[in-house]
Amino acid sequence: MALVLAVCFFGFFFGYPVITLVIRGLRSIADDRPSQVLFGSAFLRIAWFSLWQAVVSTVATLIVGLPAAFALARFDFAGRALFRAALVVPFVLPTVVVAGAFESVFTRFGLDSGAIVLKDTVWAVLLAHVFFNYAVVVRVVGTYWESVDRRPAQAARVLGASARTAFVRITLPQLRPALVSAAAIVFLFSFTSFGVILLLGGPGMATIETEIWRYAVNRIEFDVAAAVALLQLLAVAALITLTSYAESKRERARRTGTQAKTRLTAPRGRQWLIIFGAVGSATALCGIPIFTLIERSLLTGSGYGFANYEALGTQVSLLPTSAAAALTNSVSYALMAAAIALVVGGCAAWAASQGSAGARLVDVGLTLPLGTSAVTLGLGVLIAFDRSPIDFRSAWWIVPVLHALIGIPFVLRGVLPTLRGISPRIREAAATLGADPRAIRREIDFPLATKALLVGAAFAFAVSLGEFGATSFVPRRPSTTTAPTAIFRLLGQPGDQLRGQAMALSVILMLVTAASALVIERFAGRDRASGGGFL
Amino acid sequence: MSPRNTRCRAAILAVVFTMLAAACGGGESVVASQSGASGAASDTVATTADSGPASITLLTHDSFALSETTLSAFTAETGIVVTQLASGDAGQMVSEAILTAGNPVGDVLFGIDNTFLQRGLDADLFVAYESPNVAAVADEFRLDAENRVTPIDYGDVCANYWIDEFGDTPPPSSLDDLIDPAYADLFVTQNPETSSPGMAFMLATIAKYGEDGWEDYWTSLRNNGVEISAGWEDAYYGSFTAGGGPRPIVMSYASSPPAEVLFADPPTDTPPTGVLLDSCFRQIEFAGILSGSDNVTEAQQLIDFMLTPTFQEDIPLNMFVFPVLPDAELPQVFVDHAQLADNPLTLDPASIAANRDGWTERWVELVLR
Repeated sequence: MALVLAVCFFGFFFGYPVITLVIRGLRSIADDRPSQVLFGSAFLRIAWFSLWQAVVSTVATLIVGLPAAFALARFDFAGRALFRAALVVPFVLPTVVVAGAFESVFTRFGLDSGAIVLKDTVWAVLLAHVFFNYAVVVRVVGTYWESVDRRPAQAARVLGASARTAFVRITLPQLRPALVSAAAIVFLFSFTSFGVILLLGGPGMATIETEIWRYAVNRIEFDVAAAVALLQLLAVAALITLTSYAESKRERARRTGTQAKTRLTAPRGRQWLIIFGAVGSATALCGIPIFTLIERSLLTGSGYGFANYEALGTQVSLLPTSAAAALTNSVSYALMAAAIALVVGGCAAWAASQGSAGARLVDVGLTLPLGTSAVTLGLGVLIAFDRSPIDFRSAWWIVPVLHALIGIPFVLRGVLPTLRGISPRIREAAATLGADPRAIRREIDFPLATKALLVGAAFAFAVSLGEFGATSFVPRRPSTTTAPTAIFRLLGQPGDQLRGQAMALSVILMLVTAASALVIERFAGRDRASGGGFL
Repeated sequence: MSPRNTRCRAAILAVVFTMLAAACGGGESVVASQSGASGAASDTVATTADSGPASITLLTHDSFALSETTLSAFTAETGIVVTQLASGDAGQMVSEAILTAGNPVGDVLFGIDNTFLQRGLDADLFVAYESPNVAAVADEFRLDAENRVTPIDYGDVCANYWIDEFGDTPPPSSLDDLIDPAYADLFVTQNPETSSPGMAFMLATIAKYGEDGWEDYWTSLRNNGVEISAGWEDAYYGSFTAGGGPRPIVMSYASSPPAEVLFADPPTDTPPTGVLLDSCFRQIEFAGILSGSDNVTEAQQLIDFMLTPTFQEDIPLNMFVFPVLPDAELPQVFVDHAQLADNPLTLDPASIAANRDGWTERWVELVLR
């Protein structure tokens, strides 16, 4: 059942449009131009760059994110919940706004010219990718880390291993499934990043993602665009297959440990250093652009104040709806998207954790949207659902469905390591005590996975709030304007008022995200039977 | 779960996927054959019952905006309900319209401009309609002799400068000034590959210096330290003085100074920016009835309405462009602060369509490599 639901939803709303678009594009090939493009040296350079910048972004994000993941997994400190919630904030910020914030930080610190230049370099791109994806590593790895059995590492320490050896030889391998999961998400995000490349990378920078857009939108060469999109899909599918394999193989070999719920401890002595270091570096990295944004939102023509926020409450020129309505639209879409992602992703994860060959297909397939170009998705919907009875091109709900597709991988990837990690012994014990498979699912799998599920849902929610790529291709009614579109509109005309209001709306969007993340986590805290130590 | 059971599920899954792929392929061929015989297809679609109030769909780009009362005035007058759908920028919108040609999402498309026009015409996007109201529109705006599209508004893409930044040196007054070392490192414009004003400026230089001279102009511009940004937002709010950036000359619009006054904070009566009128490229936006529309009569009425004073006078403050109807009254802030070029630069849409990709590639080589 779970499998059928996930496959149907996914095949219909992702597989069908994407395959339709690729086939349509490839059918229109009149000459050998697509192959000329694909095998040209310029494209090879672009493909290589797309790959390495994504790999470096991933490695950098992992390195920067691990200390905070550790701090959150082990210690209970004041502001912990707030810190966790705040981490998701970068996700929802429109790229235009973040890029603007980064550029103004560069200008302020003299990094736009002189000895160290970050403006319009690959360094700015990497920095922004770490900024956007930091939360993925901290949350996915951190949540998993909480449930990792500490006893093997402790035993190693007792037997004389140094802290470092114990970490590298024991803890890191234990974390591997979550690390692979998080890395896959960060890689896909960086691989298909669009706005960051264009806005922060400088004018000459191109990736596979920006090339698809260029051929489809700029040059109206749908055949070349389809060929590049197909290549992107294949590359992404190959990569996910690899990670999926790495993740599950290791995990099954490790199923012996029980899922002893470890309590969070109050930090002592040197442990505070780790927390300060982790929280401090996160604040420096993610906080500076965000504080710049907050400062700008408060800056008015007559000094600092809340005039920009008040203006949003009354009347915003140029916007087809009020800012409040745009926020409401965004939040309701995000709730729908998160709900769909939770159900479909949860079902898929459960099915995939059962470990059959088909499960691998589900695991790989449902992660694909994250590595699929917004152009492919957006245009695919436009030509796949174009005949009654499935003429959904201008249906309002196609937007949250698209958002859900991008959110599903977060649920799936977040929860899969946990589900796979559940020791068969627990299930066996339950079965011995007379529980049927449904009872096992209800009483063991679900409670153990709840937290990871909700972390995934929080991401799906945030992704939906910020999504502006595939959405922009869908024909939308003015009354359904979302917050990112509204921000974009406000930044589309000169005038300090408009800019101030765009910044204010961005800050409100951030606050809504952080507040929602807090609420979702409180649910997670309450739902778990053990309940200990969390929040 | 037993291994046999899981293997069985895998087989089902494989079958489902194969069927799905087959269904997609099959559906595709149906669509292809239908669009091949588009006349027959639209005939069959047109037989849908026409009960209830007539309604049509207006497709626009994301920058389209009107006062709430405007379209309801149309509905009150004609009984036709207008559903408005927006997607992306003008480039995205045109690309989508071409992809869905023959089976459009809506009935009327608004917002295709002279830089994209020929593409739309070449893809047979529109059916001809000569609105009685178009007779009043100046010939310079009526670019399609067959009336497949109707001009609705126009505007100039021009360099703007921050007045206070120019004290001893006068502000630039010609395109040649921008390659003068006196104005080195002061100018930021956009990449024509990713930005519509960037495209307009590239076309402006081609219109001004000709096929033989524009490349030299850009080489000089590059040597003079021009900065290239991806889009209008990051040029105007990132590098230009308005956003605290270091460069006092930016590629923007002739209507930017009125926006600077209208949305000033604190309020002001004088715009902080001026317009370099010698650099202006004229953009004209058109509306057209999409071929495949089932509501051609209603669509024609909407096109007529777009050329009435009600619609035309609502354009400036919502979209910051100018109405094509000569007797449409301009809002005061436009009268006071908007300047239009007397002799704007422009190029024939057919020549733009034929050379657009080649010029852009050449531009990338000259300016970015």
